[in-house]
Amino acid sequence: MKQLVIDFQKCDAGRNCNHECELECAIKVFKVDDPAQAALQIKAYEDGGGQAILCDQCGDCVVVCPSEALKRNKLGVVMIDKQLCVGCYMCIGFCEKDAFMRNPDWIVPHKCTSCGICVKVCPHGALSIVDAPEPAVRII
Amino acid sequence: MSQLVFDPSKVMAIDYTQRTEYLEGLEAIQAAHKVLKEITYTPSLPDKGYTNRTLYVNVGSLEITEKPVTQQMKDVFIGGRGFGLYHLWNAVKPTTRWNDPENEIIISPGPVAGMTQYAGTGKSLVVSLSPQTDIPIDSNVGGFYGPLLKFSGFDALELQGKSDKDIILFIDGVKGLIRIEEAPKDPVDSHVLAEVLTHMYAENEKDLPNISVVSTGAAAEHSLIGMLNFSFYDRRRKCVRFKQAGRGGIGTVFRDKRIRALVVRGPKVAGDLNHPVDPETIAKTGIKYHKEIRENDGSQCMMRRNGTAHIVEIMDAYDLLPVHNFQYGSHPDVHKIDSSYWQQRCTQHTVDGCWYGCSMACAKGADGLVLKTGPYQGDMVTVDGPEYENAAGLGSNCGVFNPDYLLELNFYCDTYGICTITYGTLTAFVMECYQRGILNKERTGGLEMTWGNAEADLEMMHQMARGEGFGKIAGLGVKKMKEYFIAKGWGDPQLINDIGMENKGLEYSQYMSKESLAQQGGYALTNKGPQHDEAWLIFMDMVNKQIPTFEDKAEALYYFPLFRTWFGLNGFCKLPWNDVVPANNSEQPEAHKVPEHVQNYVDLFSATTGVKIDKEDLIMQSARVYNFQRVFNIRMGKGLRLHDAAPYRSLGPVTKEEYESRAERYDQQILTEMGLDPAGKSTEEKMALHREWRTGRFSQLMDSVYTRRGWTLDGVPTLARLKELGLDAFPEVVEVVKQHL
Repeated sequence: MKQLVIDFQKCDAGRNCNHECELECAIKVFKVDDPAQAALQIKAYEDGGGQAILCDQCGDCVVVCPSEALKRNKLGVVMIDKQLCVGCYMCIGFCEKDAFMRNPDWIVPHKCTSCGICVKVCPHGALSIVDAPEPAVRII
Repeated sequence: MSQLVFDPSKVMAIDYTQRTEYLEGLEAIQAAHKVLKEITYTPSLPDKGYTNRTLYVNVGSLEITEKPVTQQMKDVFIGGRGFGLYHLWNAVKPTTRWNDPENEIIISPGPVAGMTQYAGTGKSLVVSLSPQTDIPIDSNVGGFYGPLLKFSGFDALELQGKSDKDIILFIDGVKGLIRIEEAPKDPVDSHVLAEVLTHMYAENEKDLPNISVVSTGAAAEHSLIGMLNFSFYDRRRKCVRFKQAGRGGIGTVFRDKRIRALVVRGPKVAGDLNHPVDPETIAKTGIKYHKEIRENDGSQCMMRRNGTAHIVEIMDAYDLLPVHNFQYGSHPDVHKIDSSYWQQRCTQHTVDGCWYGCSMACAKGADGLVLKTGPYQGDMVTVDGPEYENAAGLGSNCGVFNPDYLLELNFYCDTYGICTITYGTLTAFVMECYQRGILNKERTGGLEMTWGNAEADLEMMHQMARGEGFGKIAGLGVKKMKEYFIAKGWGDPQLINDIGMENKGLEYSQYMSKESLAQQGGYALTNKGPQHDEAWLIFMDMVNKQIPTFEDKAEALYYFPLFRTWFGLNGFCKLPWNDVVPANNSEQPEAHKVPEHVQNYVDLFSATTGVKIDKEDLIMQSARVYNFQRVFNIRMGKGLRLHDAAPYRSLGPVTKEEYESRAERYDQQILTEMGLDPAGKSTEEKMALHREWRTGRFSQLMDSVYTRRGWTLDGVPTLARLKELGLDAFPEVVEVVKQHL
């Protein structure tokens, strides 16, 4: 499956960049000029280093979705079908990585789909799309 | 006892998509349908949780009309059970009985119902005059019918009249049409009927989840204990499943009206169809709760793995599991039907909520059961649950510890349209009567109703469905069976009355209340009869020890029936309130009320309706409806202290064996509670002491609870209490009360 990964050897958690990854995602993917709505969020720790909140396509949300709105596509990426989504947000509540997002203006939640738009704009080359094995379905 | 750990490797490999299909005759069944009446209407979605429209259908005269939902209805009765009671009050007279045409069945989901962001928000409340109790019964049921009814334009459906032929009421909330169809060739039992109708009324496969069917089965026609199955389409199993409006015989009323089924086709569900005033608060509260389930359920109740059956072993460990008609509280074979078994037997890797967004997901399913008996022998079916009540009622209470038989009993109760709780309790009574010689093979027509004889048990149920033999007598329920046995001169009347576990005509649900004074009141001091919808205090009393004093118990019997009534006004399920709690709940003041969750409910109501309330207002909303219902009971000739009396089996040991099974505890109570020395006294003498002490204590509890509720010592709400609640605005209500003051 296609998975977005971040290399914190290269990413400095936004200390010397303008969060281009978040901005590009928000503008190009979600058509909003607000990096807080991006499907990945880079947080800097006060004592150095940082954390990225992003979807690793683990598929837990597919298991809990009551309306079968979440399914893997051919690339193994978990995609949301807006027509089927009932806006219950169980995907958000059950995501251990907090990678399922919600824009208060939309009913349907959103997440990273490993599209790679952010990869191209990272000034440090810290982001990449990799092929990772699909994990076994978990009983949640 | 140790916390059960879930081991995924032990889950049985059962293909949950495989089952017998019943669609072969669909076209012929449909071709036989004849339209008796059809009208068009303009569908509408709710605004702030309400559509402000009631649909009235008279199945006798075929009248179909709309009534407005008034501001007064919303202010006083809120919705759900409140709307049901309001409509029923206006429909019936004090002389009306369950099978009179003016009796109604009202289905109302409540203003919050249909919300998809919080667990347990898809409930329908069903209200009718009960064939078992002759007073209003209300039942809180999952499935999709209520939410889809509301999204089709109606806050409530009122069904009145009696048809002379079998009919189906179809509401198409997409096209805007309502049709009454004659249905002469439709299947009788729910698991076949609902599957056929779901496929008949769906426009295509994608439309299947937008259909919900309310139906019952063959036994509802021949007994007084009929229930209603509310369907929902399980997308992963690709089958129609049910939740049950079980208690009090509403399914019997349904068939007496010759209604075969109600079918609704709603619009595609989305997250904002209720049009709440504050969706942001709802979203945040819902997500917070989902996280709580994710983090805490595995170490608390494991509802997602086991459903409500998780408490089988807990009840057994605390000597509270009903065994052999509530005689004993535990049994060595319980491990065969406890949750360590059910979590292996129930399908695990699927979604088991009975409405969207229920992260608690307790509606477990046991797939791949091949039936051994009855008209569907050899068929492979999916069985709902079993829930705790079914494992205890159909299982331990009747001495049935074979899980496959237990599932088969559960399945047939469901498809035949009878309440599993009621059936379990009445069968346990029959078995004890058989054991004690009140019944014998001759009197049961050959059924050997010995403890654990599941085959005889199933045969009695099949007889009930066929309207034959002893099954037909059993289908009258415990109260009428007691009268029948006594009239026949079978056995000692006092013993029969002591061991027949009913109050107001309704059978007890499956908890041993003998050692819990709070639960004795929780069962008997209820509006509709002994169930655990109103006050399930046994856990906080006996397990968590949160209400130790007499005053605590009386206060709990004021607060919790009101608090829990509120779920039924709004379309909530009770379980998400306290079957998982915040990790720090025990550190909170009044932890037994789960204060953080109470605040969630306050917020969800305010955010949906725009009516700002606090936790005290919540109780006030319930108190209006609760007291209205009490007065309604009085209006129908019950509802007084006399009718709150409890069978002695629910209060203490009736028989020598019961006493001796707990002799140490009972002897100790003689010493510490009565200040007497048990030494040298016979068991009979000690039993007599206990009876005096226990009935006296129960009577004292009644006094305290009635006083706290603002009622007279005869159980009648005072005029001052009615005024405080604003119910004095209804002269008819005041008039009923005045006659009893």
